[in-house]
Amino acid sequence: MERTLRQTWAFMFRGYHLTRRYISWVIVFNFYALTGSAAVALIGVAANDHQLTLTLVSGALLWNFLSVLYNEIAMSVAYERWEGTLEYTFMAPVSRLVHLAGLSLFALCNSVVNTAIVLLGLMAFTDLTVSGANVAGVVVVIGASTLAFVGLGVMAAALPVLSPERGAEGTHIFQGSLLLVSGVYYPVEVLPAWIRPISMLSPATYTLSACRKLIGVGDPATTPQRLAGAPLSAVRSELLVLVAMGVVLVPLGLWIFGRVERWAKHTGRLKRTG
Amino acid sequence: MLPAIEVHDLKKRFRKRRSLRTANASAEWALAGVSFTVAPGETYGLLGPNGSGKSTLIRILSTLLIADGGEVRLLGHRLPDEQARVRRLIGRVSVDAAFYKKLSARENLLYTALLYGLAPGTAEQRAMAVLERLGMEERTFSAPLEEMSRGMQQKISIARALMLDPPVLLLDEPTTGLDPKSRRDVQTFLEDLRQRQGTTILLTTHDMAEAERLCARMGFLAHGRLVAEGTADGLRRRALADTLDDAFIKLAGEMVSSGDKQKG
Repeated sequence: MERTLRQTWAFMFRGYHLTRRYISWVIVFNFYALTGSAAVALIGVAANDHQLTLTLVSGALLWNFLSVLYNEIAMSVAYERWEGTLEYTFMAPVSRLVHLAGLSLFALCNSVVNTAIVLLGLMAFTDLTVSGANVAGVVVVIGASTLAFVGLGVMAAALPVLSPERGAEGTHIFQGSLLLVSGVYYPVEVLPAWIRPISMLSPATYTLSACRKLIGVGDPATTPQRLAGAPLSAVRSELLVLVAMGVVLVPLGLWIFGRVERWAKHTGRLKRTG
Repeated sequence: MLPAIEVHDLKKRFRKRRSLRTANASAEWALAGVSFTVAPGETYGLLGPNGSGKSTLIRILSTLLIADGGEVRLLGHRLPDEQARVRRLIGRVSVDAAFYKKLSARENLLYTALLYGLAPGTAEQRAMAVLERLGMEERTFSAPLEEMSRGMQQKISIARALMLDPPVLLLDEPTTGLDPKSRRDVQTFLEDLRQRQGTTILLTTHDMAEAERLCARMGFLAHGRLVAEGTADGLRRRALADTLDDAFIKLAGEMVSSGDKQKG
């Protein structure tokens, strides 16, 4: 048990020190996330539409959280290829489950901090209030969706193992597709009919839908001074779908990663230069 | 006594990317039936030109590649079936000192120690002892790797492998590109290590003098085949050569020529 904890901590330790050493880039990325989110939120302010502002702010915050979480896990193999350390990590006596759990834990901490920074920044640009919102319910929904996004991230992390040249690009294409179909800044109903069914496969769709209900977006009782957040029972169906997705996607992600790793060991794709 | 490393009829080939115009993918044998054993505590050298299959063999032993045929055992554990056990028994130093270059030597070593489930304090003490024996100053421990010379990085790489105290050490051209002083430091250290701790070492190198100094036995690898094996004296006698360089050219060169003929 002590050994497993140390191995899990290894990835937190590495992530923390790399963040420290690349702090100028971390500041740049956080700044960009903040300005991007503020720019989107101000569309609602300009329209003088409180409900629209809430829709955009909740979309920006949740997408920021989920995309940082996904990206940190999905790009972990690509980062190691660039650093040249991939072979050393893969030959260490650490199970892939512990390896990916350690990565996911650091990714989670990173996305919480990143989202907190964006939230604080948005409060300077809008008259945000959380009064009346079901904040505890939002935390429960995000917790459930975290598992599903970890599973997606692990699956996407296999892409740079599969293709040293094109894998990293593939993770971003996948992330962009999620942004498009999940209703981050608009209801999924506005999507063309042929693409709408795909939105049902994205965990972000259910996360956003549930969190918006819990915040009170779309509820006529919501006012700029007080939100009319729904109780957790109102998002039971979304919560169930998210839990089911997590239960399926995490083991599926590990299985896919394992198969791809074995294939890479047969073909020599783990080699640093590819 | 059970060999520390057993390699029997090991085969590995890599497929070349399929061309749009050709129907069949071509495959090239990196290892075409290599067999040898290394006794516990022995230092065994694998010598061969670039592309002879040395690094492929080290990668298979390091659990980073899966062979296409043959059998490999490390301390009795078969690969790839028992790769989790084997990973606890090996340390590897590759020609490219693979580190997080922005992190300090200390941070890199502590990360590895944690990854292997070691207590950070114990690992740090071991790493410091190795670095001291390799002639490095303590202050370099906290400098980022990117600010270090290649020789210093390679010494840190050796410290990383040795702080894990592995019974089997896989060294893939560990002194390539090092200045003469650093090369001598590393060689002296490896001699000392074998004498003191009885570590089994598999060393690949281009440097005949290094092989002769460090290895009790060695094998000449060419075109994925082990063309000759024995002690340095034995190989020189067999090739009727004065130097190991000449013996290598004679024994491995003959094989390269005949291999080319067969291909043609």
